[in-house]
Amino acid sequence: MALKMVKGSIDRMFDKNLQDLVRGIRNHKEDEAKYISQCIDEIKQELKQDNIAVKANAVCKLTYLQMLGYDISWAAFNIIEVMSASKFTFKRIGYLAASQCFHEGTDVIMLTTNQIRKDLSSPSQYDTGVALTGLSCFVTPDLARDLANDIMTLMSHTKPYIRKKAVLIMYKVFLKYPESLRPAFPRLKEKLEDPDPGVQSAAVNVICELARRNPKNYLSLAPLFFKLMTSSTNNWVLIKIIKLFGALTPLEPRLGKKLIEPLTNLIHSHLGSLGARMRLVLPAPRSSGSGCRPGLALCVQAPKPVRALKYLGLLAMSKILRTHPKSVQAHKDLVLQCLDDKDESIRLRALDLLYGMVSKKNLVEIVKKLMSHVDKAEGTTYRDELLTKIIDICSQCNYQHITNFQWYISVLVELTRLEGTRHGHLIAAQMLDVAIRVKAIRKFAVSQMSALLDSAHLVASSTQRNGICEVLYAAAWICGEFSEHLQEPHQTLEAMLRPKVTTLPGHIQAVYVQNVVKLYASILQQKEQAAEPEAAQDVTQLMVDRLPQFVQSADLEVQERASCILQLVKHIQKLQAKDVPVAEEVSALFAGELNPVAPKAQKKVPVPEGLDLDAWINEPPSDSESEDEKPKAIFHEEEPRPAKPRQPEADEEELARRREARKQEQANNPFYIKSSPSPQKRYQDMPGVEHIPVVQIDLSVPLKVPGKYLLEKDRKKKKKKDKEKKGKPRRHSSLHTESDEDIAPAQQVDIVTEEMPENALPSDEDDKDPNDPYRALDIDLDKPLADSEKLPVQKHRNTDTSKSPEKEDVPIVEKKVKKPKKKEKKHREKEREKREKGKEQKEVRPRLFPATWGLPLRLPCHVCSSAWLTGPASQATCLLSRPSLCHSLQGTTGRKSLTVNPDLVGLFQKSSKHRKKKHKKEKEERSKDKKKSKKKKPPSDEAAEPVENGALDEDPLPVRGTSLASHGPETYDIQGSLQKDSQVTVSVVLENQSSSFLKSMELNVLDSLNTKLARPEGSSVHDGVPVPFQLPPGISNEAQFVFTIQSIVMAQKLKGTLSFIAKNDEGSTHEKLDFKLHFSCTSYLVTTPCYSDAFAKLLESGDLSMSSIKVDGISMSFQNLLAKICFHHHFSGKRWGVALNACAVGEKSVSVDGKCSDSTLLSNVLEEMRATLAKC
Amino acid sequence: MQFMLLFSRQGKLRLQKWYVPLSDKEKKKITRELVQTVLARKPKMCSFLEWRDLKIVYKRYASLYFCCAIEDQDNELITLEIIHRYVELLDKYFGSVCELDIIFNFEKAYFILDEFLLGGEVQETSKKNVLKAIEQADLLQEAEHNWSVLNLE
Repeated sequence: MALKMVKGSIDRMFDKNLQDLVRGIRNHKEDEAKYISQCIDEIKQELKQDNIAVKANAVCKLTYLQMLGYDISWAAFNIIEVMSASKFTFKRIGYLAASQCFHEGTDVIMLTTNQIRKDLSSPSQYDTGVALTGLSCFVTPDLARDLANDIMTLMSHTKPYIRKKAVLIMYKVFLKYPESLRPAFPRLKEKLEDPDPGVQSAAVNVICELARRNPKNYLSLAPLFFKLMTSSTNNWVLIKIIKLFGALTPLEPRLGKKLIEPLTNLIHSHLGSLGARMRLVLPAPRSSGSGCRPGLALCVQAPKPVRALKYLGLLAMSKILRTHPKSVQAHKDLVLQCLDDKDESIRLRALDLLYGMVSKKNLVEIVKKLMSHVDKAEGTTYRDELLTKIIDICSQCNYQHITNFQWYISVLVELTRLEGTRHGHLIAAQMLDVAIRVKAIRKFAVSQMSALLDSAHLVASSTQRNGICEVLYAAAWICGEFSEHLQEPHQTLEAMLRPKVTTLPGHIQAVYVQNVVKLYASILQQKEQAAEPEAAQDVTQLMVDRLPQFVQSADLEVQERASCILQLVKHIQKLQAKDVPVAEEVSALFAGELNPVAPKAQKKVPVPEGLDLDAWINEPPSDSESEDEKPKAIFHEEEPRPAKPRQPEADEEELARRREARKQEQANNPFYIKSSPSPQKRYQDMPGVEHIPVVQIDLSVPLKVPGKYLLEKDRKKKKKKDKEKKGKPRRHSSLHTESDEDIAPAQQVDIVTEEMPENALPSDEDDKDPNDPYRALDIDLDKPLADSEKLPVQKHRNTDTSKSPEKEDVPIVEKKVKKPKKKEKKHREKEREKREKGKEQKEVRPRLFPATWGLPLRLPCHVCSSAWLTGPASQATCLLSRPSLCHSLQGTTGRKSLTVNPDLVGLFQKSSKHRKKKHKKEKEERSKDKKKSKKKKPPSDEAAEPVENGALDEDPLPVRGTSLASHGPETYDIQGSLQKDSQVTVSVVLENQSSSFLKSMELNVLDSLNTKLARPEGSSVHDGVPVPFQLPPGISNEAQFVFTIQSIVMAQKLKGTLSFIAKNDEGSTHEKLDFKLHFSCTSYLVTTPCYSDAFAKLLESGDLSMSSIKVDGISMSFQNLLAKICFHHHFSGKRWGVALNACAVGEKSVSVDGKCSDSTLLSNVLEEMRATLAKC
Repeated sequence: MQFMLLFSRQGKLRLQKWYVPLSDKEKKKITRELVQTVLARKPKMCSFLEWRDLKIVYKRYASLYFCCAIEDQDNELITLEIIHRYVELLDKYFGSVCELDIIFNFEKAYFILDEFLLGGEVQETSKKNVLKAIEQADLLQEAEHNWSVLNLE
């Protein structure tokens, strides 16, 4: 042994350590990659060794290599090994490596749960600390859920070192597992008054971050924070508190007034350094009055060399701008100067400010200045930024500041000369928007656009034609749509039919083709009116000549439109040859005015009364049918839209037929409401909505917005969105300066407001960004905490202290905390699904197009909602397996397993010499069926729920610890885990809740014939198994005991004792604790994958004996019941061997049928189920 | 704070700490992009830059760039202060720190950072406490080492 160790350490001497590696890499500058791959090979060898020190060294080197950019994910398991080393030295390295390379996609991460839990409860504060630190970097939702309670316990640890870490990490836990926020919040609040300043500042930090989301929850804490602010001398904390107040003041105006004084004091006391002062002012709440502001402008002017301050000054100004626009507008020149700054950050900030500073008076000047910068700017990002800013500034508040739209169009045209911008579509959108909405400008716009089309080669010829050629889209459309304003339509037509056009992107060509016809129609009309049939025929000939180039297009849309139009034109040609006047009919193709439609109009269409979006349209197909068709898809769990895809796609014909029938019906039905708000529009029919390009325009402005500064407040947030999707502007008045009114508009401007459906529902809730990571934290903390929200706790269950021994013979059903929780979760999930479903259906419904997409408006719009939903399965099937069977079946997975499960509870009282001690034994084993349980996905969401719940039983099953007796109870938890064949591992979490130190613990069980405790070799049946650790007060640890099981057909109960020596100040005593272990039949059951056809065969085979039970008087819903059964007996999905088929019989009774190859097992299982059901 | 990067003037990464879980690929991409952007900036420019939807706060100490990514609402100056405090801590621990110290003892640099920040938030504002925690952890490590040596003999 000793020799081995010596050998190990000698080996180690020859290994490279980190320093050697670093040095080696530095010495191999030329062939670094080769050297490193060599090192990685060495490391792989080292990782194979048993010596943990060698492994740790290897992992340390890997961590370094990871930083250099090498993939080390293959070593994830080794990292976990090192994490679980007993020595701090190695553990530290293991956790460091884990925090560096684990992420949510790392699959081994779930193996760490128990290790982390163990480390969290380690007696050494540094072990705990290192675990917390590591966890903070790779916490996943699962880890957060499983460990939330452990971390919460640590928040009241004796050591401040641990407390502050625990408090901080709670924030990460909240983000990942928002359900934990409510239960943990009271304790978090306590920590605000923690005696240790570190813990206090940690708590302030966390609450401050939380308050970003839902500040009103934290309003009640304002007095506390106020006290902290006035008493604390720690700048770090102060800044956080001020930031928090910044979030709170908008909710409580009185707070602002109260804050002025202490804030001013703070600022004055920090006058010494301007930096410190700025630091404080920056986050200061805006409503705290302008008293402390005047110095700000100074910051921008004075310390020019200090660029950080310049930047911050601008930042601060943009904040003041929201409340005191005038005071900032005075510094316009200064801000414009900043645009010349070398530093991009500063320029961007200045740009940002300009947005708020424009008025009717200075708009032209500012834009001119910006345009000159556009020309000068190097670097596309900054130029693009400038471009979007110009458009933002001009279009803000529904073009409020623009008095001369001709000027604006020229600006836009000017902007098209920009090379390589990504924002061509933005310019295009603006052109379209202005042309559509400002009727007076159309003539001018058309002339500009035709010029643009004429010089299209300039635009499109630039190498980066990706971006800017989008404007041709707008130009073509405007020229086509408003062709009556064209001076020389013929010339434009020629321009649009140039061969060069075919090099443009498909969607633009498509618009070209479409608008060529519009143009053609208007030319025809002109010519016919002027009685020039030859000229008209020439035009037709031109069309016939040029259109084929589009017919050959690779783009389907272009091809389709072109070939259709070509035929049309050829037909016209024939008619013209016969001297038939055609112009009227051709123009009739494009009759009607296009109205701009508000981007959100579609959403606002109220659901007509009596329309139930969730109701079945067709009878759902029977589930057995679809089950046979697609056995795989059925069990797929994460299918977002379970109903829709199930409809056999093969049935295309059938679908088409139905669609046809539906259209027919709609056409004949005079009461069918045409979905468009402007019924005069003509629609062609088209088979599906998929073809309609749908622009999602997100507008962060509420719909009814005559409000004052609303928009300004949201501006920052909006700005970002605007960059991606340009929101439609809206008539809106804000930030008027009196002098603005003096300027008369250069022309009569009639800005058409966008249409909204009648009785649109006012709402702005869809403004929330669903991707916001903090959205989940928007939780109301003032609601009282419901039982269902308790955190999942490891300790499983408690029973009453007064439990009589007879009663303990029955498996005691714990208070199901988890259950309501599940229900709730389920409920929530259902609601979400409903919402999604609703959304989905809405999308199927006709959609109105935002005005920017004028063109598609003419495309067919109504397609009736046809959501194919299948009916809820009225019954679900659970299959169970016997281990013997499952072994043979699971050969492929290579894992054999037996599970012992729930229900073992005992509670004992015992008096000791000194005082009465109450001991509680609480046991629970749970299966960790890590089997790939093939989850059944019944055809509808509803039916899916129970099964999913059943599958959930890997979750920790939380049990509320009914508060046990007065002093120092000791809690013991037992959980079961898998072991090999016919063995069962029972893990016991022993927690010392007394104040004594516990040692020499020994666990012994009175073996039965069937179930035996596996003892160390050489010991007799009467010897106990020692527990391999000691327990200081308040510490818990987990011990595992292995049991051998002969038969699983019978439930088992074992009596046992735990003996230990309790040591406290008054001396030590030897004490004993009795408990009972209950192994229920169902707990042996294991989930096994099984295809439905195999399962059906088995059921038919007749090898299985059958039995059934019926239980009456059940008030629960069937789904809940099923969930409950699954929960208690660990049925999940399908199981083999034992088939249970529960159906709801009548209103209040349930019958459960079971089939199994072993009738004893079956009857026992059914008996246990009956017991469960009886309690429902 | 979303992440912290330390890199040299040559663009070599010296330390990286991510407080948001990202895949290696994303991390690499971000690192490459940021290192380039920051190195391209002139010394006289301000320490802040807006990048994607984050704000980057960076500062150069000798040949090393310390670079933090914070969210929009976060305070830039306090982030600068955090960087400075971290540098101070490194300096105290290593005794006038230089780039080589961080290269060769990169795990120590991480440990110090971990004692100072947790999950991207300042954990301990007192320099003394941070160093004390690190020293004690080191002592523990040493004790373990000694113990294993004793055991061996």
